[in-house]
Amino acid sequence: MAKINGAQILLRALKEEGVDTIFGYPGGAVIDIFDVMAREFSDVFKFILVRHEQAAVHAADGYARATGKPGICLVTSGPGGTNTVTGLATAYMDSIPVVVFTGQVPTPLIGNDAFQEADIVGITRPCTKHNYLVSNVEELARTIKEAFIISSTGRPGPVLVDLPKDVVQAKAEFEYPRTVELSTYKPTVKAHIPSIKRAADLIAEAERPVIYAGGGVITAGAHEELRALAEMTGFPVTMTLMGLGCFPGTHPLSLGMLGMHGTYRANMAVNHSDLLLAVGARFDDRVTGRVEGFAPEAKIIHIDIDPTSIQKNIGVEVPIVADARNALGKLIEALKKKGCSKANRDRLKTWHAQLTVWRNEQRLRFDRTSETIKPQYVVEKLYELTAGRAIISTEVGQNQMWAAQYYLFDQPRTLLTSGGLGTMGYGFPAAIGAQVAFPDKLVIDIAGDGSIQMNIQELATVAQYKLPIKIAILNNGYLGMVRQWQERFYDNVYAHTDMMAAPDFVKLAEAYGALGLRATTTAEVEPTIKKALETDGPVVIDFVVEREEGVYPMVPAGASITNMILV
Amino acid sequence: MNDERHVISVLVENKPGVLARVAGMFSGRAFNIDSLAVAPTADNSYSRMTIVTHGSEQIIEQIIKQLRKLINVVKVQDLTKGDYVDRELVLVRVKATAAKRAEVLRITDIFRGKVCDVSHDSITVEVSGTQSKIEAVLELLSPVGITELIRTGAIAIPRAKKTLKPTGNSE
Ligand SMILES: Cc1ncc(C[n+]2csc(CCOP(=O)(O)OP(=O)(O)O)c2C)c(N)n1
Ligand SMILES: [Mg+2]
Repeated sequence: MAKINGAQILLRALKEEGVDTIFGYPGGAVIDIFDVMAREFSDVFKFILVRHEQAAVHAADGYARATGKPGICLVTSGPGGTNTVTGLATAYMDSIPVVVFTGQVPTPLIGNDAFQEADIVGITRPCTKHNYLVSNVEELARTIKEAFIISSTGRPGPVLVDLPKDVVQAKAEFEYPRTVELSTYKPTVKAHIPSIKRAADLIAEAERPVIYAGGGVITAGAHEELRALAEMTGFPVTMTLMGLGCFPGTHPLSLGMLGMHGTYRANMAVNHSDLLLAVGARFDDRVTGRVEGFAPEAKIIHIDIDPTSIQKNIGVEVPIVADARNALGKLIEALKKKGCSKANRDRLKTWHAQLTVWRNEQRLRFDRTSETIKPQYVVEKLYELTAGRAIISTEVGQNQMWAAQYYLFDQPRTLLTSGGLGTMGYGFPAAIGAQVAFPDKLVIDIAGDGSIQMNIQELATVAQYKLPIKIAILNNGYLGMVRQWQERFYDNVYAHTDMMAAPDFVKLAEAYGALGLRATTTAEVEPTIKKALETDGPVVIDFVVEREEGVYPMVPAGASITNMILV
Repeated sequence: MNDERHVISVLVENKPGVLARVAGMFSGRAFNIDSLAVAPTADNSYSRMTIVTHGSEQIIEQIIKQLRKLINVVKVQDLTKGDYVDRELVLVRVKATAAKRAEVLRITDIFRGKVCDVSHDSITVEVSGTQSKIEAVLELLSPVGITELIRTGAIAIPRAKKTLKPTGNSE
């Protein structure tokens, strides 16, 4: 067999993995890989040259969230690698399959403080699911296979593969393994049947049940099973931020999001429930508030593929370590066998009546008579005018919470948002990843004026690849979410959250060759959105919104989730 | 509360960076390490770590699960759950003027220790045993004047047939 070099091995392996898109940025340590890519693989991979490596990882992450396939990045050593750290940590917290390849100085120079050397494996160990330094070209193909397996199975996550330049240049025979046996890595996929039976018994007896669904449902592709289970049992469903879209937001059984900025009825329902069925969710502090006060009367069934998520923050009656799709499927079977679905629904009448009372008591609301633009109104109009069919990415802060509250997600993989790490600057590059994956879909980044400036340089990427992304900036001239905390809990001392010194976003868009639009009154919102949606290319819309609007309901950090500040 | 001492035996792949992964997981998640000892097993491609830690039942459960989640970890066993043998080795140097020498030797003898280095004014002894034995010998030697002390941390092995074998671990 003819020998080929490490760069060729890498790219052939990626091809074998079915990779079609690579996000990245070149440099000395990866110049050989870029060279081979341009000469031999230009018709295999679409390469997206971002303007900052952080954006490369977010874009790969957005690609992964939108498609379900791993997102791929290629960057150089040293600063190229260190720039990926926030992207890796973001993907790690939200369990997103991303594989990042970094260049490294040649093996004889490692440890010598060589030019553009950074111990990227050491740096990223705590924010990757696993990482590798490939020290021999003979190991390269197998390592890539392992990286893909680890990244995309079990609880997915980012994997980094560090490639010293001499390894990339060295030659070896190439045979890509179909699969490799990882003796130390065997995620539990199948649910334990006795636990499923216990869960089914609890479900059959519950009088005030709630399903609490998270991002794991989306990862597992279990949205149909979830819907079937909810409809057969009549159980209402609340979702985490990461779970939005795993159950239709417009479904009569949907309670909306729960937690710190969750709906009144979702939080009330959880706290009065006698059975909580948690699926692919991890009892994060933004969801539970004060743990002791969370669902105090409920028995809890917890389905999660990651054993460390179970019994971590909260004790549960029935732990089920499994893939959500497998577990929900088994649960539906068990319930069918019990034949309890009809009786079940009748028993829940009082509970459903109570849920309606809570819904009517407190709906999400804002001042609809305001002439100044209310940010919630912008999101509501975006929802209406896109018929709920856009892929939405968000930045972080109030914009993110309003997007979660006012855009109803009916389909999984249509909301791209940094939930666990809360990374400002995530939304725009993530939108790039999604738009590259789906050139014909409508992709909108709902942004804040602060966050958008964290990766604004990507407007050049959008221009280069003619990506028709729409960016809707809810421009309040503040780091609004922090300002809201300062208003509520720090006596209105707005310590360094005023951001009025911002660029003119319309001119900025134009400078990058995009269309810039601005709306300053409520009446202008609808026509402006329409104009943006009619435009083929990228559009930046500057919505000059009410400066001091707040996100409500709000549960103060560390309080019980029924302790909601309503307006 | 019930912050009991746990002795955890961890079989890992003998590869670069594995110790850093384990130690980093402990520090990153604010778990305690009271001691950690590591060396290759009979099969050189694996190493065995003995980690002594303490914490509530829930914390210990998390520690074990988080260890299992590390890709290079083959098997994790909380030895405290069953019968096990643990040993620690200590090297201790004491001031030993002619007058004290006999006493040091007597204490060493009682604990079946050995003298491993002698000079004009000091004796270095090695003692191995359980944690409580080590503590006892140090208590007796301390009035003599300990000038230097090195402990290995505990190593432990389960009694009977519960030997760790390299089979798969679940994520
Ligand atoms: C990278 C990063 N730095 C700091 C924060 C802390 N933070 C959370 S929300 C927020 C304000 C965001 O402002 P903006 O993007 O304008 O959104 P708004 O809340 O005004 O909608 C800040 C600073 C963060 N989440 N991410
Ligand atoms: Mg703002």
